[in-house]
Amino acid sequence: MAILVDGSTRVLVQGITGREGSFHTQQMQAYGTHVVAGVVPGRGGGETLGVPIFDTVAEAVARTGADTAFTIVPPAFAADAVMEAAAAGLRLGICVTEGIPVLDMVRATAFVARTAMRLIGPNCPGVMTPGQAKIGFIPNHVGRPGRVGVVARSGTLTYEVIQGLSESGYGETTAVGIGGDPVLGSTFVDILPLFADDPATEAVVLVGEIGGSDEERAAEWIRSSGFDRPVIAFISGRTAPPGKRMGHAGAIISGTTGSAQGKIDALSAAGAAVADTIEDVVRLVGERLSP
Amino acid sequence: MTVKLLEYQAKRQFARVGIEVPAGRLARTPDEAAAAARELGRVAVKAQVPTGGRGKAGGIAVVDSPEEAHREAARILAMEIRGYPVRSVWCEAGLEIAHELYLGITLDRDRRRLALILSAAGGMEIEEVAATSPERIAKLWPDPFVGPLPFEVRELAFSALAHAPALTEARGRLASALVPLAQTLHRLAVDLDAVTCEINPLALTADGRLVAADGKLEVDENAEYRHRELAVELAVDLEGEDGRTGEDPYEAEAKRRGLTYVHLPGGNIGCIGNGAGLAMNTLDLVQQVGGRPNNFLDIGGGANAEKVRSSLAMILSDPDVRGVFINIFGGITRGDEVARGIVQARDELGITLPLVVRMTGTNEEEGRRILAEAGIVPGTSAPEAARKIVELVGGAG
Repeated sequence: MAILVDGSTRVLVQGITGREGSFHTQQMQAYGTHVVAGVVPGRGGGETLGVPIFDTVAEAVARTGADTAFTIVPPAFAADAVMEAAAAGLRLGICVTEGIPVLDMVRATAFVARTAMRLIGPNCPGVMTPGQAKIGFIPNHVGRPGRVGVVARSGTLTYEVIQGLSESGYGETTAVGIGGDPVLGSTFVDILPLFADDPATEAVVLVGEIGGSDEERAAEWIRSSGFDRPVIAFISGRTAPPGKRMGHAGAIISGTTGSAQGKIDALSAAGAAVADTIEDVVRLVGERLSP
Repeated sequence: MTVKLLEYQAKRQFARVGIEVPAGRLARTPDEAAAAARELGRVAVKAQVPTGGRGKAGGIAVVDSPEEAHREAARILAMEIRGYPVRSVWCEAGLEIAHELYLGITLDRDRRRLALILSAAGGMEIEEVAATSPERIAKLWPDPFVGPLPFEVRELAFSALAHAPALTEARGRLASALVPLAQTLHRLAVDLDAVTCEINPLALTADGRLVAADGKLEVDENAEYRHRELAVELAVDLEGEDGRTGEDPYEAEAKRRGLTYVHLPGGNIGCIGNGAGLAMNTLDLVQQVGGRPNNFLDIGGGANAEKVRSSLAMILSDPDVRGVFINIFGGITRGDEVARGIVQARDELGITLPLVVRMTGTNEEEGRRILAEAGIVPGTSAPEAARKIVELVGGAG
């Protein structure tokens, strides 16, 4: 079982001919993801990497039955691409673009909310359901089909957790990188209920970081929903001095919410096991999974 | 990341869209301040620094004569407020203020929208008001495609004014005056890609006008590409200044190089990671095994060899750095690119300090081969690599 993405997912790539778009499309194909279309305005009728190119998302959907968009276009065009995907009736959009103006995402998320599309990202590493499909940057070799759901803000820490879980034999159901921007299509509280509905997910690893209040809201959801599976959490940025920004637009400590300790306290109080290190995450997962 | 405009720069934007601001003159010297006082009469001399708390720090003085303006400007221009040297003062004509309101726009991450905020309790204590009596702060989250509608602003106004008995009688007139003001401010925020756009206090004058007595504008750097004019304007403001920015010199250099870098003075282990989360965790790891990180540096997604070279040069410019820990988990970043950058940098910069590289992820085999051939032994476990660099540099030292 899996959430969001599986072996039947049909992906169209917005930005398939760019340097990164082309490289990661090949990586996705090598992983077994069904890439059924590319969309490049003005290049419709062509083909690349064995995939037909269309001028518009609407046409690509009509002709190929694509249900999911992988958006990897430059920041100035990304919000528009996301809205185009949503308007075309796709089920899922995954936008990895970094550096999109935040008010563009305010408009894009409001637009997406009026459609049926679920948006993951932007500025995220994407989604991997090991053994079935991946969309985004998560390195092909790190995943292994298994029992643990992963949801993380940081891309590289997503990889760390997946690798740790895979190497110790627990494996993952699905790993979701939600992204580091201040305005995101999906936050922890949007993804956790999907894991709750997936019987194959026996535990969830949540990787947060300083800034914002998504982790505090996740803690509140865990408590109020009566989520019945173990949650193992990790928060990065403990050494960040208050007020210093550590890169992610979202990673800014402000007021009383947003600090590493505040998030750790909120998650602990909700019954999550909070790890001190990434290795500790794997150990705590092992302790909490039934044999 | 954002760019914070100074008060006078924010007010220039307000004035441009028709929001009333007091008459004022910028002064970079006591003489200029005296001249402004001669022209405007009684003025407030206000330090121009990109941080709050100026008043409490003594960075604002109300003066009655050019001589006094000269003296106060000289005092304020010699100040440093929260690490920012004062390079100019804004000399502003006084206002007959009957009541101080607050009107602001800021990004609300949880709602994924801009929030429009109004309170009848404006002034320096607004944050305290927000913490202790949140009911005195009224909020509205306008539809981003439509902006605030008149009835929404009126509702906001009546809700905020309900807590100010002194304004009960004037509430109808105030609410109608606030509609165009809030709409204009919202349009300005959207047009400038501002994540903060604030008038505090919004002065209700004795003769019933609404005037922006102070202003804060913070714009989104990601949108810089569509605000060339603003960038040029801000650059022109800097002309004739002495270049003291109050910024950490290492961070200023990193900005010039286009690197996402935070200096942690006193640390002795340089740190590089790809991705903000991993880079933060790299610092956490070093600290957990007793080391002292010197910096945060995220080479970002898809970094090439040149960026890695520039990052290493940046880190090593601080003589306190006794070794560097490079932590790479390739996703969009490719291990071979990073490895080439590391080897190039070591050779070109003649680096002899210990370098510990942890490399895994996309193209890791090629990357490790390049490193190994150059005599740098790459590890795959981050905690082990952290222990190793701390051991090589000496933890407590």
